[in-house]
Amino acid sequence: MFRLEPRASAPLLWQVATPVLAVLATMIGGGALFAAMGFDPLAAIRTIFWDPLFGPAAAYSRPQLLVKAGPLILIACGLALGFRAGIWNIGAEGQYIIGAICGTAVALAAYPLDAFWIFPAMILAGALGGWAWGMVPALLRNWFGASEILVSLMLVYVAQKVAAWMAFGPMKNPKGFNFPGSRNLQQYDAAANPELIAGSGLHWGGVAAVLALAATWFVMSRHVLGFHIRTAGAAPRAARFAGVRPERLVALCLGVSGALAGLAGLFEVAGPAGQITESFGSGYGFTAIIVAFLGRLHPLGILLAGLLMALTYIGGELAQMMLNLPAATVQVFQGMLLFFLLGFDILTRYRIRRRA
Amino acid sequence: MTDVFRAEGLGKSYPGVRANDDVSFAVAGGEIHALLGENGAGKSTLVKMIYGLVRPDEGRMALLGAPYAPHDPRAARAAGVAMVFQHFSLFEALTVAENIALGMEDPPPRAELARRIEELSQGYGLPLNPARRIASLSAGERQRVEILRCLLQDPRLLIMDEPTSVLTPQEAGILFATLRQLAEAGTAILYISHKLEEIRSHCDRATILRQGRLVGTVDPRAHSARELAAMMVGAEMRLVDRSGRKPGAPVLEVRGLSTPGGEGVALKDIALSLRAGEILGIGGVAGNGQEELLSALSGETATAPGTVVLEGRDLSTASPETRRRAGLLAAPEDRLGHAAVPEFSLAENTLLTAGARQELIRRGLIDRKAATAFAQQVIHAFDVRTPGPGTAAGALSGGNLQKFVIGREVLGRPRVLVVNQPTWGVDAGAAAAIRQALLDLAAQGAGLIVISQDLDELLELSDRFCALNQGRLSAPRPTEGLTIEEIGLMLGGAHGMEVAHVPA
Repeated sequence: MFRLEPRASAPLLWQVATPVLAVLATMIGGGALFAAMGFDPLAAIRTIFWDPLFGPAAAYSRPQLLVKAGPLILIACGLALGFRAGIWNIGAEGQYIIGAICGTAVALAAYPLDAFWIFPAMILAGALGGWAWGMVPALLRNWFGASEILVSLMLVYVAQKVAAWMAFGPMKNPKGFNFPGSRNLQQYDAAANPELIAGSGLHWGGVAAVLALAATWFVMSRHVLGFHIRTAGAAPRAARFAGVRPERLVALCLGVSGALAGLAGLFEVAGPAGQITESFGSGYGFTAIIVAFLGRLHPLGILLAGLLMALTYIGGELAQMMLNLPAATVQVFQGMLLFFLLGFDILTRYRIRRRA
Repeated sequence: MTDVFRAEGLGKSYPGVRANDDVSFAVAGGEIHALLGENGAGKSTLVKMIYGLVRPDEGRMALLGAPYAPHDPRAARAAGVAMVFQHFSLFEALTVAENIALGMEDPPPRAELARRIEELSQGYGLPLNPARRIASLSAGERQRVEILRCLLQDPRLLIMDEPTSVLTPQEAGILFATLRQLAEAGTAILYISHKLEEIRSHCDRATILRQGRLVGTVDPRAHSARELAAMMVGAEMRLVDRSGRKPGAPVLEVRGLSTPGGEGVALKDIALSLRAGEILGIGGVAGNGQEELLSALSGETATAPGTVVLEGRDLSTASPETRRRAGLLAAPEDRLGHAAVPEFSLAENTLLTAGARQELIRRGLIDRKAATAFAQQVIHAFDVRTPGPGTAAGALSGGNLQKFVIGREVLGRPRVLVVNQPTWGVDAGAAAAIRQALLDLAAQGAGLIVISQDLDELLELSDRFCALNQGRLSAPRPTEGLTIEEIGLMLGGAHGMEVAHVPA
């Protein structure tokens, strides 16, 4: 009946249109799902996409937008570098957790000292921790040809166990009435990552995300490193011919994306989360994968996609409270979004023709 | 002679391309009929229609006088049409008999099949042991398997798609003896090629296509190769100008160059010396180490110290970028994905190799304006037909992209340029332009290594010739006075193939 015909080049219009189409399809698909579950679909969609920004409780939920979007954008920037090169870091969640633990370790070691260097040292430790966790799959791939997809993914579960161990063991708050979890860094001024402008939700993580966006844009479009990354992703042999060393690129991309994820974890634990708990990882590392793809691996797209995904987080929570929607709704929603995006992506690379 | 196959007014369009337009011709039983045309002239499309891979938009075909409109290759085979493709589809780990059985609709018992294979291979002078594994066979012998596979179907029309491109001249001779014998038994043979000499000496008639249209069906023996080429191209061939070159001091020394091989062919103790202003031709059947040699010279593969020395500087372990800075440039065979990135614009593709030499990249920063200007310069100097530097490389035709890739390196003013298959898949006009550019570069004092499977091209361009055979490079010989037969022997002769004994 119909057949797909490859396009010579991907038109810009479709590259921009497919994410929008995917969002619309997700609204329709999600609405149908809610209807099937016995909820009013229009009310649910409005609660998720509209109310967090303009609804009655917007004063509370609006700052959350930056709180959630910050780490998503920061992680997605790093992932986008690797994804462009065909290097698949699926384990940002683990790097995020380890970064948070390393940063917290610095804070707890310095406690209760009050010194200006503590927060910068935590940032450094967070980045280093994430970098190191990202270098594990990089080195295993370079030395033994292990798939970085599997290794990075499985290291997420190791990181989660490490977080649980820290929360129950070495990092447990001595004054925490034996509850698992570290001291709350929000109450330790030298280590805290406070809201910078009251009521905005902006903390240092948001600043870092903006810097990361700018740096990603610069590297990808102006620097030879970005050119090498794109070449390696599009044509590995051409990259070798141009002088790219694939092993170096693997180490660089996994290291940088790990460091950025570690930073995101550090800003989270020193700010909104406050402490290392058993369940510190909240899925930002995985959602950031969707953000990176939804944003077309482009900084501007990542900014918009990060804000949109943050919105579904907040809207999903709101829908749980207001409409009693199940907690898994957000994940289903985010999954649908990626699904539709990848599906509609075919339209950028192929055109549909009627079979003669 | 009666017509086995007849086509009337065949037409086929693809988006933006008229691949075939009103093509009519006939193939008679007992003849070897050549289908001749440049790349892109519509030979492949025409053959695909005959073999049921593509359906014509207009026109009719007839086989043995009956209307013929196969909707898939299976129907074509059932009707008596068989085809040997340029690229073999054989499982290396299986034996000859097993491979043939896999391709049959209803294979007979193993012993029966082996007996029939022996019978046919003896009868047609194609000696083959049914129990041998494909992996141990040479290219010529693998082709025999494909031919036998077709013969078992007892075809009335046998289509051969550029069969000699993987063969040495001696192996090709054996193939033609077999084809002649088949033709004498009444089979019609449609022989696709763009090698003119081959067609002139072995084919009875030739149908020539140009830009999808029929030029005519002629007797190839009644025309010179130049006349045939002119019919193919639609204009007189331009002769290249070899004048103005004199060999200078040695620029590149390669000594004891060996590579481990791994997935490809291992290079074994390669030695060569290249002088300024000289073109060294390296011939060989595909898959004898050509790509590996280019990689070792371009820097994609590092080799032992002292093996690659450019003007006294040891570059054996240097990266491709370092080698380019030193003046050792290369253009690989595969345009899409190796020499150029199809998704990138031409301007971006200049950055792959010209970043340092053209100062398109300074201190890590990309100068887009300079890249666009350099791309424009290449487009202009090498007559690349494209809307502009912003066009994606993948949107260019093979010949135009090849002109761009070669031009990018030539304008880099190399001390030494290594090219692999510079005119592969390129139409005759563009090929002549590329060859002239290479000759001009040598005349300006650069040393060139031209690796090619096109022996005519090597004879036309090179001052000295050597052969690459199973990773070994022969000693060079002056091209002047070298005959095709001598070259064939340098390329490994018939690769130890048993010679056909055609029964009288």
